[in-house]
Amino acid sequence: MTTGPRLVLGIETSCDETAAAVVAHDGDGKGRILSDIVLSQTDEHALFGGVVPEIAARAHVEALDRVVERAMTDAGIGWGDLDAVAATAGPGLIGGLLVGLSTAKAIALATGLPLVAVNHLEAHALTPRLTDGLDFPYLLLLASGGHTQLLRVDGVDRYRRYGTTIDDALGEAFDKTAKLLGLPYPGGPAVERAAARGRADRFLLPRPMLGRPGADFSLSGLKTAVRMEAEAIAPLTTGDVDDIAASFQAAVVESVADRVRHAIRRFRDDGAPAAPALVIAGGVAANGALRAALAAVAAAADFRLIAPPLRLCTDNAAMVAWAGAERLAAGFADGLDFAARPRWPLDADIAGIGGGAKGAKA
Amino acid sequence: MELPAISLDLPDEAATVRLAAAMAAVVRPGDTIALSGDLGAGKTSFARAFIRALAADPRLEVPSPTFTFVQTYGDGRIPVRHFDLYRLAAVADLEEIGFTDDLAAAESVTLVEWPERADGMMPRGALGLRLDMAGPGRTVRLDVPEAWQKRIAAVVKSAAG
Repeated sequence: MTTGPRLVLGIETSCDETAAAVVAHDGDGKGRILSDIVLSQTDEHALFGGVVPEIAARAHVEALDRVVERAMTDAGIGWGDLDAVAATAGPGLIGGLLVGLSTAKAIALATGLPLVAVNHLEAHALTPRLTDGLDFPYLLLLASGGHTQLLRVDGVDRYRRYGTTIDDALGEAFDKTAKLLGLPYPGGPAVERAAARGRADRFLLPRPMLGRPGADFSLSGLKTAVRMEAEAIAPLTTGDVDDIAASFQAAVVESVADRVRHAIRRFRDDGAPAAPALVIAGGVAANGALRAALAAVAAAADFRLIAPPLRLCTDNAAMVAWAGAERLAAGFADGLDFAARPRWPLDADIAGIGGGAKGAKA
Repeated sequence: MELPAISLDLPDEAATVRLAAAMAAVVRPGDTIALSGDLGAGKTSFARAFIRALAADPRLEVPSPTFTFVQTYGDGRIPVRHFDLYRLAAVADLEEIGFTDDLAAAESVTLVEWPERADGMMPRGALGLRLDMAGPGRTVRLDVPEAWQKRIAAVVKSAAG
Protein backbone atom coordinates (compact mmCIF):
# COMPACT_ATOMS: atom_id res chain seq x y z
CA MET A 1 0.00 0.00 0.00
CA THR A 2 1.33 3.44 -0.88
CA THR A 3 1.09 6.10 1.78
CA GLY A 4 1.33 9.19 -0.44
CA PRO A 5 -1.18 10.28 -3.04
CA ARG A 6 -2.87 7.58 -5.08
CA LEU A 7 -2.36 7.99 -8.82
CA VAL A 8 -5.15 6.71 -11.06
CA LEU A 9 -5.33 6.51 -14.83
CA GLY A 10 -8.85 7.10 -16.14
CA ILE A 11 -10.29 6.19 -19.54
CA GLU A 12 -13.54 7.55 -21.01
CA THR A 13 -15.04 6.22 -24.26
CA SER A 14 -18.77 6.02 -23.53
CA CYS A 15 -19.82 8.38 -26.31
CA ASP A 16 -18.08 10.67 -28.76
CA GLU A 17 -14.98 11.64 -26.79
CA THR A 18 -11.87 9.51 -26.56
CA ALA A 19 -10.20 10.59 -23.33
CA ALA A 20 -7.53 9.57 -20.84
CA ALA A 21 -6.25 11.35 -17.74
CA VAL A 22 -4.14 10.85 -14.66
CA VAL A 23 -5.39 12.20 -11.34
CA ALA A 24 -3.76 12.22 -7.91
CA HIS A 25 -5.97 11.53 -4.89
CA ASP A 26 -4.21 12.86 -1.82
CA GLY A 27 -4.55 11.21 1.55
CA ASP A 28 -6.81 14.01 2.82
CA GLY A 29 -9.30 13.48 -0.01
CA LYS A 30 -8.09 16.37 -2.16
CA GLY A 31 -7.36 15.84 -5.83
CA ARG A 32 -5.04 17.12 -8.51
CA ILE A 33 -5.19 16.58 -12.26
CA LEU A 34 -1.78 15.55 -13.60
CA SER A 35 -2.92 15.18 -17.20
CA ASP A 36 -6.19 15.42 -19.09
CA ILE A 37 -6.40 14.47 -22.77
CA VAL A 38 -9.68 14.70 -24.68
CA LEU A 39 -10.01 13.92 -28.35
CA SER A 40 -13.45 15.10 -29.43
CA GLN A 41 -15.28 14.42 -32.64
CA THR A 42 -17.43 17.50 -32.19
CA ASP A 43 -15.56 19.56 -34.76
CA GLU A 44 -16.10 16.83 -37.30
CA HIS A 45 -19.73 16.54 -36.30
CA ALA A 46 -20.25 20.20 -37.06
CA LEU A 47 -19.62 19.49 -40.70
CA PHE A 48 -22.46 16.99 -40.71
CA GLY A 49 -25.06 19.07 -38.89
CA GLY A 50 -24.88 16.94 -35.79
CA VAL A 51 -24.58 13.59 -37.48
CA VAL A 52 -21.75 11.37 -36.30
CA PRO A 53 -19.40 10.80 -39.22
CA GLU A 54 -18.29 7.50 -37.83
CA ILE A 55 -19.66 5.79 -34.80
CA ALA A 56 -17.45 6.08 -31.82
CA ALA A 57 -16.05 2.57 -31.38
CA ARG A 58 -13.84 2.53 -34.45
CA ALA A 59 -12.61 6.03 -33.76
CA HIS A 60 -11.94 5.06 -30.14
CA VAL A 61 -9.94 2.00 -31.22
CA GLU A 62 -7.82 4.12 -33.50
CA ALA A 63 -7.20 6.89 -30.99
CA LEU A 64 -7.20 5.38 -27.52
CA ASP A 65 -3.67 3.94 -27.32
CA ARG A 66 -2.17 7.26 -28.33
CA VAL A 67 -4.45 9.20 -25.99
CA VAL A 68 -3.47 6.98 -23.04
CA GLU A 69 0.21 7.26 -23.92
CA ARG A 70 -0.10 11.02 -24.08
CA ALA A 71 -1.89 11.15 -20.70
CA MET A 72 0.94 9.16 -19.12
CA THR A 73 3.64 11.30 -20.77
CA ASP A 74 1.92 14.57 -19.80
CA ALA A 75 1.65 13.36 -16.21
CA GLY A 76 5.33 12.51 -16.32
CA ILE A 77 4.83 9.07 -14.84
CA GLY A 78 5.36 5.43 -15.75
CA TRP A 79 3.06 2.42 -15.25
CA GLY A 80 4.87 1.61 -12.00
CA ASP A 81 3.75 4.94 -10.49
CA LEU A 82 0.04 4.18 -10.88
CA ASP A 83 -2.15 2.78 -8.11
CA ALA A 84 -5.14 1.81 -10.25
CA VAL A 85 -6.65 2.04 -13.70
CA ALA A 86 -10.27 3.17 -14.08
CA ALA A 87 -12.54 3.12 -17.11
CA THR A 88 -16.12 4.10 -17.82
CA ALA A 89 -18.08 0.84 -18.00
CA GLY A 90 -21.49 2.41 -18.63
CA PRO A 91 -23.96 3.79 -19.41
CA GLY A 92 -23.25 4.52 -23.04
CA LEU A 93 -22.72 2.96 -26.43
CA ILE A 94 -21.66 -0.64 -26.07
CA GLY A 95 -18.97 -0.46 -28.77
CA GLY A 96 -17.20 2.49 -27.21
CA LEU A 97 -17.55 1.10 -23.68
CA LEU A 98 -15.96 -2.19 -24.73
CA VAL A 99 -12.98 -0.40 -26.26
CA GLY A 100 -12.25 1.63 -23.12
CA LEU A 101 -12.97 -1.13 -20.61
CA SER A 102 -10.93 -3.73 -22.54
CA THR A 103 -7.99 -1.36 -22.73
CA ALA A 104 -8.18 -0.75 -18.99
CA LYS A 105 -8.39 -4.50 -18.34
CA ALA A 106 -5.36 -5.11 -20.54
CA ILE A 107 -3.38 -2.50 -18.62
CA ALA A 108 -4.54 -3.95 -15.29
CA LEU A 109 -3.58 -7.45 -16.40
CA ALA A 110 -0.16 -6.40 -17.67
CA THR A 111 0.71 -4.26 -14.65
CA GLY A 112 -1.11 -6.07 -11.86
CA LEU A 113 -2.93 -2.83 -10.95
CA PRO A 114 -6.48 -2.93 -9.60
CA LEU A 115 -9.26 -2.19 -12.09
CA VAL A 116 -12.08 0.18 -11.19
CA ALA A 117 -15.17 0.09 -13.41
CA VAL A 118 -16.77 3.53 -13.27
CA ASN A 119 -20.33 4.60 -13.92
CA HIS A 120 -20.19 7.63 -16.23
CA LEU A 121 -22.91 9.36 -14.22
CA GLU A 122 -21.02 8.76 -10.97
CA ALA A 123 -17.94 10.33 -12.54
CA HIS A 124 -19.96 13.47 -13.31
CA ALA A 125 -21.51 13.34 -9.85
CA LEU A 126 -18.17 13.24 -7.99
CA THR A 127 -16.42 15.91 -10.09
CA PRO A 128 -17.19 18.84 -7.72
CA ARG A 129 -15.22 17.01 -5.02
CA LEU A 130 -12.20 17.13 -7.32
CA THR A 131 -12.68 20.73 -8.42
CA ASP A 132 -14.13 22.31 -5.28
CA GLY A 133 -13.44 19.83 -2.48
CA LEU A 134 -17.18 19.62 -1.86
CA ASP A 135 -18.44 17.53 1.06
CA PHE A 136 -21.40 15.12 0.84
CA PRO A 137 -24.32 15.47 0.50
CA TYR A 138 -25.11 17.83 -2.37
CA LEU A 139 -27.65 18.27 -5.14
CA LEU A 140 -26.53 17.76 -8.74
CA LEU A 141 -28.15 18.80 -12.00
CA LEU A 142 -26.54 16.83 -14.81
CA ALA A 143 -27.68 18.13 -18.19
CA SER A 144 -26.03 17.09 -21.43
CA GLY A 145 -26.88 15.75 -24.86
CA GLY A 146 -27.65 12.32 -23.47
CA HIS A 147 -28.46 12.81 -19.80
CA THR A 148 -30.82 15.04 -17.85
CA GLN A 149 -31.00 14.15 -14.18
CA LEU A 150 -31.34 15.69 -10.75
CA LEU A 151 -29.41 13.62 -8.24
CA ARG A 152 -28.84 13.73 -4.54
CA VAL A 153 -25.23 12.70 -3.98
CA ASP A 154 -24.94 11.20 -0.49
CA GLY A 155 -21.54 9.56 -0.86
CA VAL A 156 -19.44 7.36 -3.09
CA ASP A 157 -21.81 4.74 -4.50
CA ARG A 158 -24.76 6.43 -2.76
CA TYR A 159 -27.11 8.36 -5.00
CA ARG A 160 -30.77 9.16 -5.13
CA ARG A 161 -32.35 10.22 -8.39
CA TYR A 162 -34.86 13.00 -7.78
CA GLY A 163 -35.75 13.57 -11.41
CA THR A 164 -34.99 12.62 -14.97
CA THR A 165 -36.27 13.47 -18.42
CA ILE A 166 -39.29 11.48 -19.48
CA ASP A 167 -38.42 12.07 -23.15
CA ASP A 168 -35.64 14.19 -24.70
CA ALA A 169 -32.44 15.23 -22.94
CA LEU A 170 -31.83 18.98 -22.47
CA GLY A 171 -28.86 19.08 -24.82
CA GLU A 172 -30.84 17.13 -27.38
CA ALA A 173 -33.62 19.74 -27.16
CA PHE A 174 -31.09 22.50 -27.92
CA ASP A 175 -29.56 20.51 -30.80
CA LYS A 176 -32.91 19.72 -32.38
CA THR A 177 -34.20 23.26 -31.96
CA ALA A 178 -31.03 24.49 -33.67
CA LYS A 179 -31.65 22.06 -36.51
CA LEU A 180 -35.28 23.20 -36.85
CA LEU A 181 -34.13 26.82 -37.03
CA GLY A 182 -31.29 26.14 -39.46
CA LEU A 183 -28.68 26.99 -36.82
CA PRO A 184 -25.33 25.17 -36.70
CA TYR A 185 -24.26 22.24 -34.53
CA PRO A 186 -23.62 21.99 -31.64
CA GLY A 187 -26.98 23.57 -31.00
CA GLY A 188 -26.45 24.84 -27.46
CA PRO A 189 -24.04 27.70 -28.21
CA ALA A 190 -25.82 28.49 -31.50
CA VAL A 191 -29.23 28.80 -29.85
CA GLU A 192 -27.76 30.84 -27.00
CA ARG A 193 -26.13 33.30 -29.43
CA ALA A 194 -29.34 33.70 -31.43
CA ALA A 195 -31.38 33.99 -28.22
CA ALA A 196 -29.16 36.84 -27.01
CA ARG A 197 -30.27 38.87 -30.04
CA GLY A 198 -33.92 37.87 -29.93
CA ARG A 199 -37.09 38.77 -28.04
CA ALA A 200 -38.12 36.06 -25.62
CA ASP A 201 -41.67 37.38 -25.32
CA ARG A 202 -42.60 37.17 -28.99
CA PHE A 203 -43.65 33.52 -28.92
CA LEU A 204 -45.45 32.00 -25.98
CA LEU A 205 -44.03 28.49 -25.83
CA PRO A 206 -45.13 25.92 -23.25
CA ARG A 207 -43.24 25.62 -19.95
CA PRO A 208 -43.07 21.83 -19.69
CA MET A 209 -43.83 20.33 -16.26
CA LEU A 210 -44.08 23.77 -14.65
CA GLY A 211 -45.53 23.42 -11.17
CA ARG A 212 -45.97 19.66 -11.52
CA PRO A 213 -45.00 17.59 -8.48
CA GLY A 214 -41.59 15.95 -8.49
CA ALA A 215 -38.52 16.95 -10.43
CA ASP A 216 -38.88 15.17 -13.78
CA PHE A 217 -38.28 16.95 -17.07
CA SER A 218 -40.10 16.81 -20.40
CA LEU A 219 -38.78 18.56 -23.49
CA SER A 220 -40.33 16.79 -26.45
CA GLY A 221 -43.47 18.94 -26.54
CA LEU A 222 -41.41 22.10 -26.51
CA LYS A 223 -39.55 20.92 -29.61
CA THR A 224 -42.86 20.35 -31.37
CA ALA A 225 -44.11 23.78 -30.30
CA VAL A 226 -40.97 25.38 -31.76
CA ARG A 227 -41.64 23.58 -35.01
CA MET A 228 -45.24 24.80 -35.15
CA GLU A 229 -44.29 28.42 -34.49
CA ALA A 230 -41.54 28.25 -37.08
CA GLU A 231 -43.84 26.75 -39.71
CA ALA A 232 -46.58 29.29 -38.99
CA ILE A 233 -44.36 32.22 -39.96
CA ALA A 234 -42.11 30.53 -42.56
CA PRO A 235 -39.97 31.58 -44.35
CA LEU A 236 -37.99 32.71 -41.32
CA THR A 237 -35.93 35.88 -41.27
CA THR A 238 -32.82 36.05 -39.09
CA GLY A 239 -34.87 38.14 -36.68
CA ASP A 240 -37.56 35.44 -36.53
CA VAL A 241 -34.94 32.77 -35.79
CA ASP A 242 -33.48 34.92 -33.02
CA ASP A 243 -36.92 35.51 -31.49
CA ILE A 244 -37.86 31.80 -31.58
CA ALA A 245 -34.47 30.86 -30.10
CA ALA A 246 -34.96 33.43 -27.33
CA SER A 247 -38.50 32.20 -26.65
CA PHE A 248 -37.32 28.58 -26.60
CA GLN A 249 -34.45 29.30 -24.25
CA ALA A 250 -36.71 31.26 -21.92
CA ALA A 251 -39.13 28.32 -21.78
CA VAL A 252 -36.32 25.84 -21.08
CA VAL A 253 -34.78 28.03 -18.41
CA GLU A 254 -38.09 28.58 -16.64
CA SER A 255 -38.91 24.88 -16.76
CA VAL A 256 -35.50 23.78 -15.48
CA ALA A 257 -35.55 26.41 -12.72
CA ASP A 258 -38.92 25.08 -11.58
CA ARG A 259 -37.67 21.48 -11.56
CA VAL A 260 -34.58 22.47 -9.58
CA ARG A 261 -36.72 24.36 -7.07
CA HIS A 262 -38.71 21.18 -6.49
CA ALA A 263 -35.51 19.15 -6.11
CA ILE A 264 -34.12 21.65 -3.60
CA ARG A 265 -37.27 21.31 -1.54
CA ARG A 266 -36.92 17.53 -1.53
CA PHE A 267 -33.21 17.78 -0.73
CA ARG A 268 -34.10 19.80 2.37
CA ASP A 269 -36.82 17.31 3.34
CA ASP A 270 -34.32 14.47 3.05
CA GLY A 271 -31.82 16.29 5.26
CA ALA A 272 -29.53 19.12 4.18
CA PRO A 273 -26.16 20.18 5.60
CA ALA A 274 -25.64 23.65 7.07
CA ALA A 275 -24.21 25.00 3.81
CA PRO A 276 -26.02 23.09 1.06
CA ALA A 277 -24.80 23.20 -2.52
CA LEU A 278 -26.34 22.86 -5.96
CA VAL A 279 -23.88 21.61 -8.58
CA ILE A 280 -24.49 21.96 -12.30
CA ALA A 281 -22.63 19.71 -14.71
CA GLY A 282 -22.92 18.61 -18.31
CA GLY A 283 -22.52 20.61 -21.51
CA VAL A 284 -25.81 22.44 -20.97
CA ALA A 285 -24.29 24.02 -17.84
CA ALA A 286 -22.39 26.25 -20.25
CA ASN A 287 -25.59 28.12 -21.10
CA GLY A 288 -25.33 31.58 -19.55
CA ALA A 289 -29.07 32.18 -19.22
CA LEU A 290 -29.54 28.84 -17.48
CA ARG A 291 -26.62 29.50 -15.14
CA ALA A 292 -28.01 32.92 -14.23
CA ALA A 293 -31.45 31.49 -13.50
CA LEU A 294 -30.05 28.65 -11.41
CA ALA A 295 -27.83 31.08 -9.52
CA ALA A 296 -30.99 32.98 -8.59
CA VAL A 297 -32.84 29.79 -7.61
CA ALA A 298 -29.88 28.67 -5.50
CA ALA A 299 -29.49 32.06 -3.83
CA ALA A 300 -33.18 32.22 -2.98
CA ALA A 301 -32.89 28.83 -1.27
CA ASP A 302 -29.59 29.64 0.48
CA PHE A 303 -27.75 27.09 -1.63
CA ARG A 304 -24.29 27.67 -3.05
CA LEU A 305 -24.15 27.22 -6.81
CA ILE A 306 -21.11 25.28 -7.93
CA ALA A 307 -20.28 24.94 -11.60
CA PRO A 308 -17.03 23.08 -12.23
CA PRO A 309 -15.02 24.40 -15.20
CA LEU A 310 -16.78 23.47 -18.42
CA ARG A 311 -13.94 21.24 -19.52
CA LEU A 312 -14.63 19.05 -16.51
CA CYS A 313 -18.43 19.33 -16.87
CA THR A 314 -18.46 17.79 -20.32
CA ASP A 315 -17.19 14.29 -21.03
CA ASN A 316 -13.59 13.86 -19.93
CA ALA A 317 -11.37 11.25 -18.33
CA ALA A 318 -10.16 13.26 -15.32
CA MET A 319 -13.59 12.71 -13.78
CA VAL A 320 -13.32 8.99 -14.48
CA ALA A 321 -9.85 8.79 -12.92
CA TRP A 322 -11.15 10.78 -9.94
CA ALA A 323 -14.22 8.57 -9.50
CA GLY A 324 -11.88 5.56 -9.74
CA ALA A 325 -9.68 7.04 -7.02
CA GLU A 326 -12.67 7.80 -4.80
CA ARG A 327 -14.05 4.31 -5.27
CA LEU A 328 -10.66 2.79 -4.56
CA ALA A 329 -10.34 4.87 -1.38
CA ALA A 330 -13.81 3.68 -0.37
CA GLY A 331 -12.73 0.07 -0.83
CA PHE A 332 -14.25 -0.67 -4.23
CA ALA A 333 -12.36 -2.48 -6.99
CA ASP A 334 -13.60 -4.71 -9.77
CA GLY A 335 -12.63 -8.02 -11.31
CA LEU A 336 -11.33 -8.37 -14.84
CA ASP A 337 -14.61 -10.10 -15.70
CA PHE A 338 -16.61 -6.88 -15.16
CA ALA A 339 -18.97 -6.52 -18.13
CA ALA A 340 -19.74 -3.19 -19.78
CA ARG A 341 -23.27 -1.98 -19.00
CA PRO A 342 -24.91 0.13 -21.72
CA ARG A 343 -27.75 0.73 -19.26
CA TRP A 344 -26.63 1.46 -15.74
CA PRO A 345 -28.91 3.61 -13.57
CA LEU A 346 -26.94 5.22 -10.79
CA ASP A 347 -29.42 4.60 -8.03
CA ALA A 348 -30.58 1.10 -9.02
CA ASP A 349 -29.16 -0.65 -5.98
CA ILE A 350 -30.44 1.62 -3.28
CA ALA A 351 -33.75 2.64 -4.80
CA GLY A 352 -34.65 -0.87 -5.83
CA ILE A 353 -35.40 0.26 -9.36
CA GLY A 354 -35.22 -2.63 -11.74
CA GLY A 355 -38.38 -2.77 -13.77
CA GLY A 356 -38.38 0.95 -14.54
CA ALA A 357 -35.73 2.41 -16.77
CA LYS A 358 -34.60 0.04 -19.47
CA GLY A 359 -32.94 2.57 -21.69
CA ALA A 360 -29.23 2.75 -22.25
CA LYS A 361 -29.29 6.24 -20.84
CA ALA A 362 -30.94 5.00 -17.67
CA MET B 1 -42.87 -1.85 -55.20
CA GLU B 2 -45.71 0.37 -54.07
CA LEU B 3 -47.39 -0.94 -50.93
CA PRO B 4 -51.06 -0.45 -50.18
CA ALA B 5 -51.43 2.66 -48.02
CA ILE B 6 -53.92 3.80 -45.41
CA SER B 7 -54.13 7.32 -44.04
CA LEU B 8 -55.67 8.19 -40.69
CA ASP B 9 -56.25 11.41 -38.80
CA LEU B 10 -54.96 11.58 -35.26
CA PRO B 11 -56.64 14.71 -33.90
CA ASP B 12 -54.89 14.60 -30.53
CA GLU B 13 -52.32 12.71 -28.49
CA ALA B 14 -54.97 10.34 -27.15
CA ALA B 15 -55.63 9.21 -30.73
CA THR B 16 -51.91 8.53 -31.22
CA VAL B 17 -51.84 6.51 -28.01
CA ARG B 18 -54.89 4.50 -29.17
CA LEU B 19 -53.27 3.70 -32.50
CA ALA B 20 -50.02 2.69 -30.78
CA ALA B 21 -51.91 0.43 -28.37
CA ALA B 22 -53.87 -1.16 -31.20
CA MET B 23 -50.65 -1.93 -33.03
CA ALA B 24 -48.96 -3.25 -29.91
CA ALA B 25 -51.86 -5.69 -29.54
CA VAL B 26 -51.24 -7.34 -32.92
CA VAL B 27 -47.47 -7.08 -33.25
CA ARG B 28 -45.36 -10.27 -33.54
CA PRO B 29 -41.71 -11.14 -32.96
CA GLY B 30 -39.71 -10.29 -36.05
CA ASP B 31 -41.89 -7.31 -37.02
CA THR B 32 -40.24 -4.02 -37.95
CA ILE B 33 -42.02 -0.67 -37.92
CA ALA B 34 -40.35 2.18 -39.79
CA LEU B 35 -41.30 5.49 -38.14
CA SER B 36 -40.75 8.46 -40.41
CA GLY B 37 -41.64 12.13 -40.14
CA ASP B 38 -39.90 15.43 -39.47
CA LEU B 39 -38.35 16.57 -36.20
CA GLY B 40 -41.15 17.09 -33.72
CA ALA B 41 -43.70 15.08 -35.70
CA GLY B 42 -44.14 12.63 -32.84
CA LYS B 43 -42.13 9.56 -33.81
CA THR B 44 -40.70 9.04 -30.34
CA SER B 45 -44.08 9.82 -28.74
CA PHE B 46 -45.64 7.09 -30.87
CA ALA B 47 -42.83 4.68 -29.99
CA ARG B 48 -43.22 5.50 -26.29
CA ALA B 49 -46.97 4.79 -26.38
CA PHE B 50 -46.34 1.57 -28.30
CA ILE B 51 -43.64 0.30 -25.92
CA ARG B 52 -45.72 1.20 -22.87
CA ALA B 53 -48.76 -0.58 -24.30
CA LEU B 54 -46.72 -3.67 -25.09
CA ALA B 55 -45.29 -3.66 -21.56
CA ALA B 56 -48.74 -2.94 -20.08
CA ASP B 57 -47.00 -0.23 -18.04
CA PRO B 58 -48.24 3.29 -18.76
CA ARG B 59 -45.41 4.79 -16.70
CA LEU B 60 -42.50 2.85 -18.21
CA GLU B 61 -39.55 5.14 -18.89
CA VAL B 62 -38.98 5.42 -22.61
CA PRO B 63 -36.28 8.05 -23.16
CA SER B 64 -35.34 9.40 -26.55
CA PRO B 65 -32.84 7.04 -28.20
CA THR B 66 -31.24 9.84 -30.23
CA PHE B 67 -28.06 9.96 -28.17
CA THR B 68 -27.52 6.21 -27.75
CA PHE B 69 -28.91 5.11 -31.16
CA VAL B 70 -30.87 2.28 -29.54
CA GLN B 71 -32.76 1.45 -26.38
CA THR B 72 -33.95 -2.06 -25.67
CA TYR B 73 -36.89 -3.20 -23.55
CA GLY B 74 -37.58 -6.63 -22.15
CA ASP B 75 -40.63 -5.69 -20.10
CA GLY B 76 -43.45 -6.78 -22.34
CA ARG B 77 -44.70 -9.93 -24.01
CA ILE B 78 -42.16 -9.33 -26.81
CA PRO B 79 -38.76 -7.61 -26.45
CA VAL B 80 -38.50 -4.26 -28.22
CA ARG B 81 -35.52 -2.68 -29.96
CA HIS B 82 -36.08 1.07 -30.40
CA PHE B 83 -33.61 2.54 -32.86
CA ASP B 84 -33.07 6.19 -33.74
CA LEU B 85 -30.79 6.64 -36.73
CA TYR B 86 -30.89 10.46 -36.58
CA ARG B 87 -27.19 10.72 -35.70
CA LEU B 88 -26.14 7.93 -38.06
CA ALA B 89 -24.05 8.86 -41.07
CA ALA B 90 -22.57 5.64 -42.42
CA VAL B 91 -24.75 2.64 -43.21
CA ALA B 92 -21.77 0.47 -42.20
CA ASP B 93 -22.32 1.64 -38.62
CA LEU B 94 -25.66 -0.19 -38.43
CA GLU B 95 -23.79 -3.34 -37.53
CA GLU B 96 -22.11 -1.68 -34.57
CA ILE B 97 -25.35 -0.53 -33.00
CA GLY B 98 -26.82 -4.02 -33.37
CA PHE B 99 -29.25 -3.12 -36.14
CA THR B 100 -28.14 -6.03 -38.30
CA ASP B 101 -28.32 -8.61 -35.48
CA ASP B 102 -30.71 -11.08 -37.18
CA LEU B 103 -31.25 -13.20 -34.09
CA ALA B 104 -32.28 -10.24 -31.95
CA ALA B 105 -34.44 -8.99 -34.81
CA ALA B 106 -36.24 -12.33 -35.08
CA GLU B 107 -37.04 -12.39 -31.35
CA SER B 108 -38.03 -8.75 -31.03
CA VAL B 109 -40.19 -6.01 -32.39
CA THR B 110 -37.97 -3.41 -34.01
CA LEU B 111 -38.97 0.26 -34.14
CA VAL B 112 -36.83 2.44 -36.37
CA GLU B 113 -36.87 6.23 -36.34
CA TRP B 114 -35.24 7.96 -39.32
CA PRO B 115 -35.34 4.70 -41.35
CA GLU B 116 -34.22 6.54 -44.50
CA ARG B 117 -30.76 6.77 -42.91
CA ALA B 118 -30.56 2.94 -43.07
CA ASP B 119 -30.64 3.25 -46.83
CA GLY B 120 -31.13 -0.22 -48.34
CA MET B 121 -30.74 -2.01 -45.01
CA MET B 122 -34.37 -1.83 -43.83
CA PRO B 123 -36.08 -5.25 -43.81
CA ARG B 124 -38.42 -5.71 -46.77
CA GLY B 125 -41.43 -6.60 -44.66
CA ALA B 126 -41.29 -3.43 -42.56
CA LEU B 127 -44.53 -1.60 -41.90
CA GLY B 128 -44.14 2.05 -42.87
CA LEU B 129 -45.66 4.60 -40.49
CA ARG B 130 -45.29 8.24 -41.44
CA LEU B 131 -46.39 11.05 -39.12
CA ASP B 132 -47.10 14.58 -40.30
CA MET B 133 -48.24 17.54 -38.30
CA ALA B 134 -51.79 18.74 -39.01
CA GLY B 135 -52.66 21.69 -36.79
CA PRO B 136 -52.63 20.46 -33.20
CA GLY B 137 -52.96 16.85 -34.36
CA ARG B 138 -51.25 14.51 -36.77
CA THR B 139 -51.99 12.55 -39.88
CA VAL B 140 -50.52 9.10 -40.15
CA ARG B 141 -49.87 7.16 -43.32
CA LEU B 142 -49.39 3.41 -43.06
CA ASP B 143 -47.61 1.61 -45.90
CA VAL B 144 -48.74 -1.93 -45.39
CA PRO B 145 -46.71 -4.97 -46.45
CA GLU B 146 -48.28 -8.41 -47.00
CA ALA B 147 -47.59 -9.68 -43.48
CA TRP B 148 -49.53 -6.79 -41.96
CA GLN B 149 -52.53 -6.61 -44.29
CA LYS B 150 -54.94 -8.73 -42.24
CA ARG B 151 -53.83 -7.28 -38.93
CA ILE B 152 -54.04 -3.68 -39.99
CA ALA B 153 -57.80 -3.84 -40.49
CA ALA B 154 -58.17 -4.72 -36.81
CA VAL B 155 -55.77 -1.94 -35.90
CA VAL B 156 -57.72 0.69 -37.82
CA LYS B 157 -61.02 -0.45 -36.32
CA SER B 158 -59.66 -0.54 -32.79
CA ALA B 159 -57.80 2.76 -33.10
CA ALA B 160 -60.95 4.50 -34.32
CA GLY B 161 -62.87 3.38 -31.22
